[in-house]
Amino acid sequence: MLPDNLKDMAVPAAIEAWDSAVVTGGSHEFGETLLYVQPERIVAVCQYLKTQLKFERLTGVTCIDRFPAEPRFEVLYLLHSIARNERLKLKVALGSDNPQVESVTAVWAGADWYEREVFDLFGVTFTNHPNLKRLMMPENWEGHPLRKDFPVHGHKYSYQND
Amino acid sequence: MNEIDETTVPSGFETQVTENLAGGGRRMVLNMGPQHPSTHGVLRILLELDGEIIQKAEPDIGFLHTGIEKQAETLTWQQVVTLTDRMDYLSNMANNLAYVLPVEKLLGIEIPPKAQWLRVLLSELSRINSHAVWLGTHALDLGAMTVFFYCFREREDILRLFEMFSGQRLMTSYIRIGGVALEPPRGWEKAVGRFVDGLQEKIDEYENLLNTNPIFLQRTQKVGYLSLEQLLDIGVTGPMIRAAGLKWDIRKSEPYSSYEKFDFDIPVYNESDVYARFRVRLEEMRQSARICKQAMEGMPEGAWKADAPKVVLPDREKMKTQMEALIYHFKIVTEGFRVPAGEAYVPVESPRGEIGFYAVSDGTSKPYRVFMRTPSFGNLQCLSALFEGKLISDSIAALGSMDFVLGDVDR
Repeated sequence: MLPDNLKDMAVPAAIEAWDSAVVTGGSHEFGETLLYVQPERIVAVCQYLKTQLKFERLTGVTCIDRFPAEPRFEVLYLLHSIARNERLKLKVALGSDNPQVESVTAVWAGADWYEREVFDLFGVTFTNHPNLKRLMMPENWEGHPLRKDFPVHGHKYSYQND
Repeated sequence: MNEIDETTVPSGFETQVTENLAGGGRRMVLNMGPQHPSTHGVLRILLELDGEIIQKAEPDIGFLHTGIEKQAETLTWQQVVTLTDRMDYLSNMANNLAYVLPVEKLLGIEIPPKAQWLRVLLSELSRINSHAVWLGTHALDLGAMTVFFYCFREREDILRLFEMFSGQRLMTSYIRIGGVALEPPRGWEKAVGRFVDGLQEKIDEYENLLNTNPIFLQRTQKVGYLSLEQLLDIGVTGPMIRAAGLKWDIRKSEPYSSYEKFDFDIPVYNESDVYARFRVRLEEMRQSARICKQAMEGMPEGAWKADAPKVVLPDREKMKTQMEALIYHFKIVTEGFRVPAGEAYVPVESPRGEIGFYAVSDGTSKPYRVFMRTPSFGNLQCLSALFEGKLISDSIAALGSMDFVLGDVDR
């Protein structure tokens, strides 16, 4: 359901016209448009935005951990259209139990490292990703450091425990 | 003297050779880095070679990962400014600016013109600084040593200016939420003016040194080509994409901090090779000098920090004489200020491309999450495309032309 204040805006209205069920919510604050998208449709939406609405750039992909709230993870996609000079934020909400979403690397090759980083630091799995392995942390690392339940100090690898 | 023990090479880092491939080839997997002088930091690249041709290049990053995003969640909003200096240590002012803008957006405070002008001036100085270091080290990689000394001479001048403004040469933390950290020092106009006036001549000097150097030209022209479509697909920003013919600069397309009031050009070249990237950066230094001059001459009078007593520290004098100011001072220093709940992102054109901080607040005095969209991270992804199918001797030129800082990549 598109909120009323977004119905007059070109991009949300176009997505709504293309598929009315795909957007589950949204907001427009500080001049930034945010849309919540159904997790299973994220690739289709991104493909549509890139080919039809000229969002040729993916600025970044990241995640916000809302622990202990549910759905716990919000995967955030920052989109940018140079042709329209417009930015758009997409979010998908994922539950804490086996969070996974399809990779958008097929749409923008640049999503590769961003998704690997989210996988590494948040433990969100991206299906159909060409090379999903840890990016920042060592490959034998346990846990996902940017999760809210991962301690800042006192981890077993922390030098303070030596 | 101990003999080098072969077994001390960690697994995966040793050179592997596969002989007698189908077709009679010989394949070698070579480990480059993480301690390689031309990688300008700790970047490791796994190269698969067929003779001198790179078949596959796989970058391995994370050696400088210090968890800045996690640390940011434990500090107050204002303290995070100090972390941003440490990411991209060549353009610290641009990082400071990129961080404070979304927070100020969430706070809804207005920044006085003088502070905005100072921010522009200093981020342009840090652009000149960053490009000078890039040019010096890039030319050094390609065998032109003189330029390195010339560029570091200018860099030293800029670091002295930074020290004059902030008391620090590298980790300046000068741009703060609500304005700038200190009043500009006495005599800054003279010092900046002297530097900016002499700069155009010095940039001509660099240009002459390199443009008349046949080795430099042969090693950079038609080397490291990537098409604009590829660059956009990978998400490359900054001078690299402007060298591929796209006239896109965030300072013009989405102006922040009063950039719309400054008159400057966006240099664009179409060749998309190492040489075009060199031309773009050189021209950007000239344009930055122009902006600095305008910022200096048109510097507005008035306050250099916002009128927001709950966010900005009061003057020392007021703090010692007025009770309210003392209370605010105590509150800000002990627990920081609360930022209304919300999420904001402001893109900023750093010397390397688009930098932006996605700040998420839950209404407390510490960030709930700060996502740091850094240009080096996005740009470094094009490494495989830039290397594969090319000669190994060209890879150093191509690598240098990306202009990344590993602290910015790994955070």
